[in-house]
Amino acid sequence: MYTYIIKRLFMLFPTLFGAAILIFILLRLVPGDVCQLKFGGEGSYADPQQILDCQNRLGLTDPIYIQFLDYVAGFATFDFGVSMWTSQPVVHEIAIRFELSLQIAVMATLVSIIIALPLGILAAAKQNTWIDYTVRGFSIAGIAMPSFWLGILIILGLLIGSQAWFGRPWMPPITFISFFQDPLHNLSQLIWPALATGYRYSAVATRMTRSAMLDVLHEDYVRTARSKGLLEKVIINKHALKNAMLPVITIIGIEFAFLMGGLVVTEQVFNLNGLGKLFVSAVTQSDYTLTQALVMLVVAIFVFMNFLVDLMYAWLDPRIRYS
Amino acid sequence: MYSRLTKALGAATFGSALALSAAATPTLAQTPEYGGELRLVVGSDIPSYDAHIESTFGMIHPIRPFYSLLIRVNPDNPSSPTDFVCDLCVGDVPEPTNGGKTYTFKIREGVKFHDGTPLTSADIKATFDKLAFPPEGIASNRKAYFKMVESIEAPDPTTVVFNLSFPSGTFIPSVAMPFNFVYSKKDLDEHGYTWHQTNVNGSGPFKFVEHIQGSHVKGEKNPDYYHEGKPYLDGYMSIIAPKMSVRLQAIRGGQADIEFRGFPPKARDDLVSALGDDITVQESDWNCVLLVTPNHKVKPFDDPRVRRALSLALDRWGGSEYLSKIAIVKTAGGIGFPGHPISSTPEYLENNIAGYGRDLEANRAEARRLLKEAGHENLKFTLHNRGVDQPYKVVGTWAIDQWKQIGLDVEQWVQPSSPFYATLRKQKNFDVSLDFNCQAVVNPIADISKFLPSGGANYSDFEDAELESLYVDLLKAEGKDEQRELFAKYEKRVLDDLASQFITLWWYKINPYRSYVKGWKIAPSHYLNQSLENIWIDAAERKRQLGG
Repeated sequence: MYTYIIKRLFMLFPTLFGAAILIFILLRLVPGDVCQLKFGGEGSYADPQQILDCQNRLGLTDPIYIQFLDYVAGFATFDFGVSMWTSQPVVHEIAIRFELSLQIAVMATLVSIIIALPLGILAAAKQNTWIDYTVRGFSIAGIAMPSFWLGILIILGLLIGSQAWFGRPWMPPITFISFFQDPLHNLSQLIWPALATGYRYSAVATRMTRSAMLDVLHEDYVRTARSKGLLEKVIINKHALKNAMLPVITIIGIEFAFLMGGLVVTEQVFNLNGLGKLFVSAVTQSDYTLTQALVMLVVAIFVFMNFLVDLMYAWLDPRIRYS
Repeated sequence: MYSRLTKALGAATFGSALALSAAATPTLAQTPEYGGELRLVVGSDIPSYDAHIESTFGMIHPIRPFYSLLIRVNPDNPSSPTDFVCDLCVGDVPEPTNGGKTYTFKIREGVKFHDGTPLTSADIKATFDKLAFPPEGIASNRKAYFKMVESIEAPDPTTVVFNLSFPSGTFIPSVAMPFNFVYSKKDLDEHGYTWHQTNVNGSGPFKFVEHIQGSHVKGEKNPDYYHEGKPYLDGYMSIIAPKMSVRLQAIRGGQADIEFRGFPPKARDDLVSALGDDITVQESDWNCVLLVTPNHKVKPFDDPRVRRALSLALDRWGGSEYLSKIAIVKTAGGIGFPGHPISSTPEYLENNIAGYGRDLEANRAEARRLLKEAGHENLKFTLHNRGVDQPYKVVGTWAIDQWKQIGLDVEQWVQPSSPFYATLRKQKNFDVSLDFNCQAVVNPIADISKFLPSGGANYSDFEDAELESLYVDLLKAEGKDEQRELFAKYEKRVLDDLASQFITLWWYKINPYRSYVKGWKIAPSHYLNQSLENIWIDAAERKRQLGG
């Protein structure tokens, strides 16, 4: 097991290096740079010398291989540099948004698990009944409906509903306060995006739970358990569920990683100052250092979550050993 | 030749104020109240706090209230392009002496920076030295505006003297620009010229409290502010919200009070429809214009007949009527800010400039004739555009429809801002592009350097000696009549003879906001009148609207 963990940890490096090369090249294929935007972004006169000075200062006029070596050396020494747009350290830019993104990811995951597991199990246990059809309809709607669109509907619903019932339109707060400072403000802002993303997330997990449960419920050992006269509840909870969880955990792990950096549009809809919104800003402002760091962070989160999922497999299924 | 003169020269010394439209009278005579926090939403993030190098409203709106200016647009009359008043100086804005080459400002006594350092003429001199003569390697986005400044002196703590190398009517408007934050000499000396990019120490009506990147900026009242009785607010919070729908719903849903840049007409209508009298609306012509820039180096746009045909096809009067219902554009005008005394009147444009005639069919028949004569009846080309809805994509789509009416086949090539600028300024691999000219202080003669081939901001890539010569004459012209006459000649050369670039429509600024916000007056630019010192909150009205 330990050998496996060490092997997986070593595999991190080529994965990260590959991602680093890819993002470095892709960013520089897009024309334009941060200096052009900073000094002439509002359509005013942009002094070419000033733009050149800015490009020199940021190293944008250095040969590409020098830029790449700087970039790799920075990562190797955990020096991620400063944002080209704000001149603030990249670590600071990410750190102030990490809490919000992590909280949303955790809350959406909880919403998803709370919805997906019971519904998925229920649908499998009551296969081809009206309960199954209802659950399937509910989950297909969740997959079909983008979470940002659901977010817009939630905001409009809150505005219209609050005006109709209380006489004043209300929408969730648009500035973040930590849960530990003001839990009410915090939850009244984040519960809505967590519901919007959690629903879509749960839809995928519900379908996976149902499908995995159906597979397991048709296994020989389940039939044996039934023939022994065990209660259906016991069969599902004690014998089937744990085995059906393997693919569900994979889905939950990948979705969690996705939520950490991929809530690009939903964060815009709810004006959440998270990593997704930062991603959009960094890309639109041609902020190479920040975009590169964010991509590497998301890659690292994905790799780490996959690693955790693999470890969970071993815990759930004793037959799986990685030695 | 004149690229370095872009904003440095020009003369706009006209005294008459513009009559700007206002959809609703914003304030009745009420006694201002003290207290409360203003929550404003801003659609752009802050690159840095240093206004000397930035050009975005995303910095001006949250940061301007921390700083003072030497002179400024009159906050009680911001719609006037010529009404400048002292901020850190005392008395009236000085008249020049020495044949127009010397301006002497008397500086207020008793003003302190927020760190307690007294403000003197040395700080003004250090600030304008940084703006006009930045040391090598230090950026100043306003350097070109002060090309006429030869030297700056501070003979005593309350006197600053600007010596110009030649008389220039653009000097005072340039000094009044909202980007000229006055910095402490002590900060510049002790911390260097880049310190203000990440630190704030001004002498404005509000003191810096915090900035959470990507989220908000907070300011609190400066109790030592030198304009007596101001500011009225206890503080403000500038919330960063890039999506327009969020800013709009935040005002509707009680999470924000005001947005200063402007909303499209539909957003205004939605707000008014939802909240009725709880919303106040101010509207104004906007010193931003959307123009068409053909690439003269690409055939057939090197042919003036083709360019002229493109301009003739645009129904500006109809566009004004229809587009103003869905986009932040409205006024059909020439190259000068509509309504300014030296700008052309609609009647003049109608009778003298291609594409402004009221007979649309005649315009389009002439366009078809020109295209046929040039051998490009079925011309196919690409319109390069910026990936921003308001107003770029809306106007771009409209223009394509207009060109289709004369048989042209036009595709739209939309790019995000960064590659858009790279294409326009560096790569120049476009056929025809939408471009824009957005300025802070209205200063038409300086502003129209956008159309000058050597102006530094003209991306149509051509040369024209006559236009250059006309601009020089215009700069030297002294009387209003002479300026107006030369301005019209310059305009005709740009829009009619050469059709080197042409105007679509001028932007139109619409600011709907919560009606308990009082004291703010709209200006013809989203950069102006943003110190927030005149704004106050009607607490009872706020309570009625929001509760709590």
